[in-house]
Amino acid sequence: MNSAVNIPYRNLIWLLTALVLLAATLSIFIGSNPVPILRAAREALSDTHSVIALILTEIRLPRTLIALVTGATLGVSGAAMQGLLRNPLASPGLIGSASGAALGAVVMLYFGFGSLFSLATPVGGVVGALSATLLVYLLAGRQAGTLTLILAGVAINSLALAMISLLLNLAPSPYAVREIVLWMLGSIANHSMDDFRILLPGVLLGWLMLIGTGRSLDALTLGEETATTMGVRLHHLRWRIFLAVALSVGSAVSITGSIGFVGLVVPHMLRPFVGFQPSRLLLASGLGGALLLLLADIATRLFPAGTDIKVGVLTSMVGAPFFLYLIIKSRRYQL
Amino acid sequence: MMRLQGKDLSVSLGGRAILDGLEFRLQAGEMLGLIGPNGAGKTTLLRLLAGLVEKQRGELEIDGEAAASVPLQERARRIAYLAQSGDAQWPLSVERIIALGRLPHLGNWQQPGELDEKLIRQVMRQTDVMAFRERAVNTLSGGERARVLLARALVTEPRVLLADEPVAALDLAHQLEVMALLRNYCAEGGAVVVVLHDLRLAAHYCHRLQLIHDGRTLADGTAQQVLSPDNLKQAFGIRLREDGGTLEQAFELPWELYLGPSPLDP
Repeated sequence: MNSAVNIPYRNLIWLLTALVLLAATLSIFIGSNPVPILRAAREALSDTHSVIALILTEIRLPRTLIALVTGATLGVSGAAMQGLLRNPLASPGLIGSASGAALGAVVMLYFGFGSLFSLATPVGGVVGALSATLLVYLLAGRQAGTLTLILAGVAINSLALAMISLLLNLAPSPYAVREIVLWMLGSIANHSMDDFRILLPGVLLGWLMLIGTGRSLDALTLGEETATTMGVRLHHLRWRIFLAVALSVGSAVSITGSIGFVGLVVPHMLRPFVGFQPSRLLLASGLGGALLLLLADIATRLFPAGTDIKVGVLTSMVGAPFFLYLIIKSRRYQL
Repeated sequence: MMRLQGKDLSVSLGGRAILDGLEFRLQAGEMLGLIGPNGAGKTTLLRLLAGLVEKQRGELEIDGEAAASVPLQERARRIAYLAQSGDAQWPLSVERIIALGRLPHLGNWQQPGELDEKLIRQVMRQTDVMAFRERAVNTLSGGERARVLLARALVTEPRVLLADEPVAALDLAHQLEVMALLRNYCAEGGAVVVVLHDLRLAAHYCHRLQLIHDGRTLADGTAQQVLSPDNLKQAFGIRLREDGGTLEQAFELPWELYLGPSPLDP
C-alpha cells in the first residue's frame, strides 16, 4: 500500500457515491420477507398503514439510513484521527469515544433506564463518549505529544472496559446481562426512525466540525512542528477533531452498539487512491465507511433465517483478517 | 527596519538555561550563519524565532511588531522554518509535498492557482527536484528529500527563511547549489538564518556569522572577525595545526561547481 493509484479525485468520489447509492438501494430491497418496495412506497406516501408500508418506513428505511450514517461517521472519523495523530493505526476508538459511549450506554441499560426512556441509552452514550474524550485530553495535557495522547487513550479505554466488565459482573438479572451483551455486539437491525432522528443531530454536528480541517491535516504530514510554523493551531485542531469524533461516533454507536474496524480499515484501503493526501481522504473515507457498513449489514441478512449475526461481529470478523493482510503486505516494503 | 530583532532572549527547557540573554538581529537581504558547537543553543534560537518555543525573558520583534501580536497565519507567511530532520508521514508525491508550502497563502477552500503552480515549478527547477517530482517522498535519498523540504519552505516565499542544517545530508555539489540558492534568495530581497556546522561554507556564503556558545553570543560579525583563533579555541576547542597554513586559507572554500567544459578552457 505504498504506491499511489492514479485515479482522479473527482472520479473516485463519484464512483464511491454511486456505489453507496447502489448499496443503499439494495439494503432497502433485501430482507427476510420479500416486499414489493414500489407499492410499499406508494402506500407509505399515501398514508395507508399497510404492513408492507410499515416494513418499508419502520424497518428497512431506518436500518439503511442508520447503516449509511454510522458507516460514514466511522470512516470520516478514522481518517481524521489517523491524519491528526499521524498514525495509520489510529481509529475513532483510540481517544475513548467508542468505549466511553459503550460505558455510558451500559450504565443506562444496567439501571434499566433503557427500557424506561428511549432517549436514555443514546444520551448515556454521548455523555460517556464526551467525558471519556475529555478525560483523555486532560490526562495527556495541552502540550501532549502524539504518543502521550495515544497512551492516555489506551488507559481510558481500558478503564471504560473494566467498568463495563464490572457492571456485567454485578448485573442484577440475566436479562440485563443479555441486553448489555447484545447491545455491545453492535447491530443496525431493529431500530426505528425515532432512533435515526436521535442519532442525527450529534452526527451532523460532528461532521460539520470536521469540514475545513483538511488543510491542517495536510500540513501535519510534515510533522507537528513544521505544521505549527505553517499556521496550524495544533491544540485547536486537536480539540476540534476530538470533539467532533466524540459527538458523531458517540451518537452513532450509542444507537448501534460497537462496530469495530470500519474506522481503522476504510482509511487504510482508500489512502493510495487519494495520493495519500489526508484532506482528500476525509470525504473518500466517509463514503467508503458508508459503503462498507451498508454491505456488511446486507450480508447479515443473507444468513439463513434464524441465524442472527450482528453487524458489529461481522465487521470485526472481516476487518481483523483484512488488517492482518495489510500488515503483511506493507511489511514487504520495510524489509 | 529589521526583519527580526531580539533583545535579551532567554529560554529554559527542563529547568536548564539554553539561551541566556541573547541579542539577535536580521535585516532584509542578509544571510546570517549561526555557528557554534553541539548543544550551544543554535537550534533552540532558530525554534524560538520560528515560534516553536516560548521565551522566559526578552523581546522578539518581527518587522518591528512584537512577535506575539503577529497572527499565526501571517507569521507563517512571513517566516518559513526548515527543520533539521524533516520527514513526511505519508508517502505523498514530491510535487504535493512542495505544494503544501503555499498553504499559508491560501484560504481554507482556495485551490492553488496559476501563479502558485508557476512558482512551484520554478522552485522545483531551482532545487533540482524536477526529475523525481512524481515520486513518493519516502522513496527518495536523504539528499533528495532535503532538497524537496527546502523547496517546500521556499515556495512559501517567506520574508525570512530559517534553515536548520539544510546541507547536512547533501553531497558537495548540492551543498554548493543549496548555499548559492539561499544566497540568491537574499539577493532577491529575502533574508536567511542558516545553522551550519561546516565553517568553510559559513565563511564563504554568509554575510555575517553569529557564534553561539553556552546560550550566549560569543562573537558576531564578518567571518574574519568571528573565526579568530581565540574564538575557535573557546567555542569549538580547536586550533590550527602548525603546518596548516594561515587561518584565512583554512576557511577558503576550495570547490566550485563544474558546469561542463568552458569554451575559455585551453
